[in-house]
Amino acid sequence: MNPLYGRRKRKNAIAMTLSLLATAFGAGWLVLILGVLLWQGFSGLSLQVFTEMTPPPGSDGGLLNAIFGSVVLTALAVLIGTPIGILAGTYMAEYGRHSMVTTVVRFINDILLSAPSIVVGLFIYEVMVAPMGHFSGIAGAVALAVLVIPVVVRTTEDMLLLVPNPLREAATALGMPRVNVIRHVCYRAASAGMLTGVLLAIARISGETAPLLFTALNNQFWSTNLNAPMSSLPVVIFQFALSPYADWQKLAWTGALIITFTVLALSITARALAGSRKTS
Amino acid sequence: MSIAQATPQVTTPTAVQAPVDQSKLAEKISIRNLNFYYGDSKALKSISLPLYGGLVTAFIGPSGCGKSTLLRILNRMYDLYPNQRADGEVLLDGENLLSPKQDLNLLRARVGMVFQKPTPFPMTIYENIAFGIRLYERLPKADINDRVESALRRAALWEEVKDKLMANGLSLSGGQQQRLCIARTVAVRPEVILFDEPCSALDPISTAKIEELIDELKEDYTIAIVTHNMQQAARVSDYTAFMYLGELVEFGPTSKIFTTPNDPRTQDYITGRFG
Repeated sequence: MNPLYGRRKRKNAIAMTLSLLATAFGAGWLVLILGVLLWQGFSGLSLQVFTEMTPPPGSDGGLLNAIFGSVVLTALAVLIGTPIGILAGTYMAEYGRHSMVTTVVRFINDILLSAPSIVVGLFIYEVMVAPMGHFSGIAGAVALAVLVIPVVVRTTEDMLLLVPNPLREAATALGMPRVNVIRHVCYRAASAGMLTGVLLAIARISGETAPLLFTALNNQFWSTNLNAPMSSLPVVIFQFALSPYADWQKLAWTGALIITFTVLALSITARALAGSRKTS
Repeated sequence: MSIAQATPQVTTPTAVQAPVDQSKLAEKISIRNLNFYYGDSKALKSISLPLYGGLVTAFIGPSGCGKSTLLRILNRMYDLYPNQRADGEVLLDGENLLSPKQDLNLLRARVGMVFQKPTPFPMTIYENIAFGIRLYERLPKADINDRVESALRRAALWEEVKDKLMANGLSLSGGQQQRLCIARTVAVRPEVILFDEPCSALDPISTAKIEELIDELKEDYTIAIVTHNMQQAARVSDYTAFMYLGELVEFGPTSKIFTTPNDPRTQDYITGRFG
């Protein structure tokens, strides 16, 4: 065989082996994590988890107050963050596309997008929890909303920028006022992508622990009072997993499983929506 | 629709439109000393020409000559973009539409536009048309239904879509989408319709249909069309303007421009020597 060709073949084999090993190494850990999670989580999964409150150590209980708290905090955060995010993204993509403000806001938004969430928690602690004098569910929701906004701003702007200009021109050429063009034509064309952004934001905040530790804290009991500390799955997992009690640790695993599956379902929905947009 | 079905319906418009009685001409739009700038570069240089009411005027010329730019001034489409400005006069029924006092949405309701690529809105066929109507008129549902039907008939699309009005406008073929866009424009009842290369993305059969449509529409509307296809200009237009490098080289009855042009550049362009 031609020696030059042989050398190339050997090089190729080495490169391929190395990349395969790297992939296997990365994927291996992921499979291990998911495997342990499934193993530990499923064994603790029962109806009780969804019907009973978090127990004191040594007795039976569930995660109902934590699940409820997580749902309420997430829903509130989305309710607060989504309109702000969509309006800001709309300004950037539609009204102020060429303005200096947009460039600055986009830069700041990108920083916020990757800001450590614990910083957001401390910030809300300073501006809400400290003045109010106590931890509260509403402070937790606002902290999560601050995390929702940059995600929604980014996806809204990106999706609106993908709407072809001829579509805007066509709507304008009918004598349609700008606000109608945006609401009825641009939003409609970008709706799947914008919804994906909101789902991604939910996926991001549903596992956040740090910002809630400083704001909503935790609550051992059933509470619907937004002005009082509120329980949430990530904080309960954090507390229970670090505890020395076996039954708490088991509940922590189950909580982690619930969060993982929720996020997984959201991601799959988001991907399906994004995919359906491409084919339409 | 198969080709076999479609072919008999298509009648090729006459090779060149019959000469127009010059004494009856009324200027619907008068363009006077119009200059246009993209930032610092001057794209149109002192253009003056009339668009006669009830006739089709074609703008021809090589790419970049400014014919689309000129068309987009007539409904102030350029206003969407910063750094684009026009000076001079464009009179629509005697009123300068370049005036800052001009209400742009009302102007665009009077001067409709059909674009190069079909641009149906992401909604149903019915909504695509009803939407424009509802912008300026508050009508009972039955009246809107009538207007949608008459607009679709006007655009020769009714027979093809009457059973699927609630289907997405994007589900139609390219030629149907373009006729939907024409129906949408007609439904608003404009006085002038601007066509910006309306057939360049369509197959020959759809093209013939659109040309036939333009021929019918000129009874009620003043029409301006930008086209790269000289046979198309010859077939559909009564007057032709030949533009080159931002200037109006020659304007006159289509029959004259295509048979005995005054300017050698026009002669060179229509015989395919450049462009």
